[in-house]
Amino acid sequence: MNAIEQQLQYGKRNRISLIITVITIFCLLVWSATAINLENMAANGLDIAKSIILGILNPDWTLLTDFKGGIPYLLIETLAIAFLGTIIGAIIAIPLAFFSASNIVPKPVAWIVRLLLICIRTIPAIVYGLMFVRVTGFGAFTGVLTIAFVSVGMLAKLFVDVIEDLDRSVLESMTSIGCNMFEKIRFGIIPQLSALFLSIVIYRFDMNLRDASILGLVGAGGIGAPLIFAMNSYRWTQVGSILIGLVLLILIVEYLSNKIRTKLVKG
Amino acid sequence: MNLLSPKKIQLPNGKMVVEKRSVTPLIIIVLLLFTIVSINITEFKLEVIVKQINRLFVIIDEMIPPNVEYMPSLWQPLLDTIKMSLIGSVLGAICALPVAFFAASNITKNRLITTVVKFLLSLLRTLPTLVVALIATYVFGLGTMAGTIAIYLFTVSYVGKLLYEQIENANMDSYEAMQSLGLTSMYSFRYAIMPQVIPNYLSTTLFCFEGNVRYAAILGYVGAGGIGLMINESIGWRNYANLGMIILMLVVTVFIIETISEYCRKKLM
Repeated sequence: MNAIEQQLQYGKRNRISLIITVITIFCLLVWSATAINLENMAANGLDIAKSIILGILNPDWTLLTDFKGGIPYLLIETLAIAFLGTIIGAIIAIPLAFFSASNIVPKPVAWIVRLLLICIRTIPAIVYGLMFVRVTGFGAFTGVLTIAFVSVGMLAKLFVDVIEDLDRSVLESMTSIGCNMFEKIRFGIIPQLSALFLSIVIYRFDMNLRDASILGLVGAGGIGAPLIFAMNSYRWTQVGSILIGLVLLILIVEYLSNKIRTKLVKG
Repeated sequence: MNLLSPKKIQLPNGKMVVEKRSVTPLIIIVLLLFTIVSINITEFKLEVIVKQINRLFVIIDEMIPPNVEYMPSLWQPLLDTIKMSLIGSVLGAICALPVAFFAASNITKNRLITTVVKFLLSLLRTLPTLVVALIATYVFGLGTMAGTIAIYLFTVSYVGKLLYEQIENANMDSYEAMQSLGLTSMYSFRYAIMPQVIPNYLSTTLFCFEGNVRYAAILGYVGAGGIGLMINESIGWRNYANLGMIILMLVVTVFIIETISEYCRKKLM
């Protein structure tokens, strides 16, 4: 069999696998298409859609510019929840990350901590929110706890990746010139980690802000609660103004976080 | 601002060397300030945690062991969740293709169109999925349809954004060659740009699908179908053993889907 025939055979097998993939995906699609059903659609659904869009396009400007208890204050509260939650989450995540880095602790310990982190990471934020509301009652305080808990999982995972990429030759050379443990940590490890850690924390802050904005739905403070009240009572102009404020805040924070992170990573 | 002024060092040969001051102390001060302000706004109290954290352990204690008898009634909502995210992701990814075509500034030359499409994409991306789902329940009624719409819209914005960034970074040589041969921009896009972005596009879609399964799990909380409704019910009735079962099934499902999708994404790269 020469090279050309080999290539030809390879091509055939490729086509069969392609056909199988296409058929599988198609079957899955047909199966999942049952999720689309318009039976439950309200008879006046289109009217409602129209009033929603009109309301969002004509926001309530007085609410949007009222700095005492209006939307700006709620946004600041949401920002504070996300910020404090991220800080606490990062502080808890750092030791956890070191305990799950396989180049620092023995393999079994690292493996158990990792499993714990996977479990923490998979459960959605709103479930934690519902649970913490039962623990500390309604309010922004619960939001902070929820955000802190949720961020630990992902922060620790990303921290571990950085820790495992540590350049150990620096530490060896420091040992060879007689540095003690403290000096090695201060001048050998911290400079390697700080910029990347900070960039990860800022990224998570960006995500936490989005989570914090919906946590109000379960009563954990922030802008979510007024949003859901306005929606349930069909006050679409208020919904419009809250959404405008929220989208603006998230876009600004995202822009700033991208700027700072590129600067941190590129040095 | 003594902290920020550069430190001057006189070298033995009389030259002045300026060493930039580190900004780290400044960053720490600003962070501390923000933290204090946040503590004031959110009324954060450490003693409350110490006093009431045992309630959390009571909940966790009741969650273990999970109520296995609850499993049969969970299959339907769990499958609904997967269905919603699958059809939403696929339809969203398909629609993201033309959207990305119009948002990429190197393919669509009209600045107005690209700016408007990009703006709409980032607007759609910032709206929380749960809020979109809630609005969709008012229009499409309670059930999986509302959830599908929310996931569809999120996928369009997410895949659309990543796709137009890839298109803008694609190698334009063959595209220009095809244009010079007289192909329309649609055909040149199909034969010059598409082969470059397809693997990345598929892998982004798979990644988005993974994330969507997690989102879909909570959409039921606002009545948009899926397993979220059960979560809400179990917590409302303080039936934490049932909640434990739901979370266990969710974790296993997400883990399986992530493993499959990671395997496929590795193959694609």
